Amino acid sequence: MISLEVNGVAVSVPKGSNLLAAARAANVKIPTLCYHPDLKPGASCGICVVRQLVPSRNPADNGKFVPSPKLLRACCTEATPGMKIITHDPDIVQVRKTVLELILANHPNDCLQCPRSGSCELQAIAADFGIRENPFPKEVVHHDVDKSTPSIVLNPDKCIKCGRCAEVCQEMQNVWALEFIGRGEKTVMAPAAGVKLADSPCIKCGQCSAHCPVGAIYENDETAKVWAALQDPEKVCLVQIAPAVRVAVGEAFGMKPGALTTGKIYAALRRLGFDKVFDTNFSADVTIMEEGTEFIKRFTEGGELPLLTSCCPAWTDWMEKYAPDFTGNFSTAKSPQQMLSALAKSYWPEKNGVDPKKVHVTSIMPCTAKKYEISRDEYMSASGQQDTDVVLTTRELARMIKAAGIDFESLPEEPADKLLGAYTGAGTIFGVTGGVMEAALRTAYCLITGDAQPPSIDFQAVRGMDGVKTATIDIKGTKVNIAVAHQMGPQERRQAALRLHRGDGVPRRLHRRRWPALPGDGRGPRPAHRRPLHRRRKVDAPHVAPQPRGPVPLQGLPRRQDRRAGRQEGAPPPPHRLQAGRGLQLLVRPRVAYAQRRRPRRFRRGRSFACCLLPTAASSRRG
Amino acid sequence: MGSGGLIVMDETDCVVDIAKFYLDFTVDESCGKCAPCRIGGRKLLNYLKKITAGRGTEQDIADMQAICDAMNKASLCGLGQTASNPVRSTLRYFMDEYMEHIRDKKCRAGKCSRLIQYKIDAAKCRGCTMCAKKCPAGAISGELKQPHVIDQSKCVKCGACEATCKFGAISHA
Repeated sequence: MISLEVNGVAVSVPKGSNLLAAARAANVKIPTLCYHPDLKPGASCGICVVRQLVPSRNPADNGKFVPSPKLLRACCTEATPGMKIITHDPDIVQVRKTVLELILANHPNDCLQCPRSGSCELQAIAADFGIRENPFPKEVVHHDVDKSTPSIVLNPDKCIKCGRCAEVCQEMQNVWALEFIGRGEKTVMAPAAGVKLADSPCIKCGQCSAHCPVGAIYENDETAKVWAALQDPEKVCLVQIAPAVRVAVGEAFGMKPGALTTGKIYAALRRLGFDKVFDTNFSADVTIMEEGTEFIKRFTEGGELPLLTSCCPAWTDWMEKYAPDFTGNFSTAKSPQQMLSALAKSYWPEKNGVDPKKVHVTSIMPCTAKKYEISRDEYMSASGQQDTDVVLTTRELARMIKAAGIDFESLPEEPADKLLGAYTGAGTIFGVTGGVMEAALRTAYCLITGDAQPPSIDFQAVRGMDGVKTATIDIKGTKVNIAVAHQMGPQERRQAALRLHRGDGVPRRLHRRRWPALPGDGRGPRPAHRRPLHRRRKVDAPHVAPQPRGPVPLQGLPRRQDRRAGRQEGAPPPPHRLQAGRGLQLLVRPRVAYAQRRRPRRFRRGRSFACCLLPTAASSRRG
Repeated sequence: MGSGGLIVMDETDCVVDIAKFYLDFTVDESCGKCAPCRIGGRKLLNYLKKITAGRGTEQDIADMQAICDAMNKASLCGLGQTASNPVRSTLRYFMDEYMEHIRDKKCRAGKCSRLIQYKIDAAKCRGCTMCAKKCPAGAISGELKQPHVIDQSKCVKCGACEATCKFGAISHA
């Protein structure tokens, strides 16, 4: 613990804490704008400045502590023992206010039309500072709004250049789609190399919009399409809601976080005018049966293993773009959203004597990537037309409910409609990390053993929000190794890829979600805590029991032994994916020197090559 | 002027113009990462441009001082922290020149082109037409051997006429 003084109050904080944490310990809130607890401090806004008291150099002062003329940024200054900090004095407050006024002078300030109105951090801090008039002349540089993807809208006019989006895209998600382009006053937040977002490596995970403090990045609003369909007398409007939505909608109406509002959402959707209300949990069950069966088939008959599964289109997109060698390991099952929509446009109309062309399917999903999924390829039109017509995020649904004047909290609990509305508990746990894996394995267990109910298998090992978790499940004497990766940053992904690749402790299934925390308000969750640094080392720990069938050769990738020994004669060198420069991916052939190097220090994190090569165990442990 | 150096200039240099020159450089050099330097630098430069164009107000001086203070204390690196020094030191030592620009719309050094006017002294003008021929804007008119006049709305303050006149009839103020 570090002891220091904040505004004359003695506090102690854990080692490594910044001055924001120290101030919190003294019950003082230092205003911040660019800082986000999930991310490395960017130190760009200059709002969180504080003053340090330092011993006077004047001998007459006799070592008295005097205010230092320079200010420190609290977000990126580590608390050190004996530090004395002043967080608020008239001068500091004036500096903060001027900086804020400067930022506001270059911001459009069209709050009434802004999608972030009410949840904007700039709006909130301007209110905290009581800014009524801005002395500085307004100068907003106009840029075109990027609406090239169906999921995310970029409006650089509103950007305050805090750097959160680029940081989350590059460091947390390891996508490297967003970047600051230009310098000085011409700095603009844009997809790398200045292309449109749709042409960038963006995977539409929505983490940039979840972390944007203002309305510069937001989800594409498609409520108008749904209103139009609801008003069309010709259309039969069906709707499905995803597992993760049922908790998040309640929060949008000020209910307690975690309040389950499934019945109320069904009721609200009926009052909005939807003809039938279905639940994606139904098709989550279908997905599980499908994936469980596929796993058994691959496991018993021999197929591409490990089996990789995720319902998240952002993950699929990421794997296709950054780890295409693994596409053969994907489960071929569609996501529950697409399964239910396909059924709603084929099976349901047939059973109910409705023309499938008149069916309009809306799905309520927690994620912006789902908007992109519905039109990603021709398989998303299995019914002959686009299966899902519109995807709404949780917040769009909340807006529709508010616009329709529905008193959500006092709605009665209603059931979902029959046929595609029933589900088991397996579908519900889709919403949690590792849930898909758990549900599919339970199913696989029952299908393999013929038991109706798996005995007490400890699936707890793969639950939770750690980076990568592995476990071994014993199915009547056959050991199955599983791994769940949660929000794979570079380190976690390298570890998982390494173990997959080495063959020792190969996970049989790898389930992964792109989100760092529990599902939230429709732009992806708003994560609560910064990732602890020690996690990097922690992921190294798990040792998995020896697997029964020996190492699984992976097509197109060299095994560790092969890499060490050099390649077989005549065999083409396997492609390695290097990350060369920001936002650019290069496929190059590895040099022999690389293969023979014992301790490739240069593959440590932070170097330009670091992310996508598969390092040796020694180097990743150090990294 | 920000670098710790001392620059000696005579009365033919305008301090507001010099501050503008230095700030133009630092605005160009700013990397754009931190808000005080990125936005503050540009705003300061715009205020100086406004003052040298004769549109400054006394409120501008107060606003500039606030920006200088914020840039100095809240910028991340040395460039931003010192970028406002030319303005700070000229405001401190040459406030009267700033006030002349703002109140009297005058630049005593004659450097701020928007604040000066070229005039032809009719008594000295011999009507040689050389100035009219040299004027790039066609702002000077007059008959041969008659005193010429400058159309102020057309004048671009280039000073070509003053340099051309052999009789010292043209001056600026």
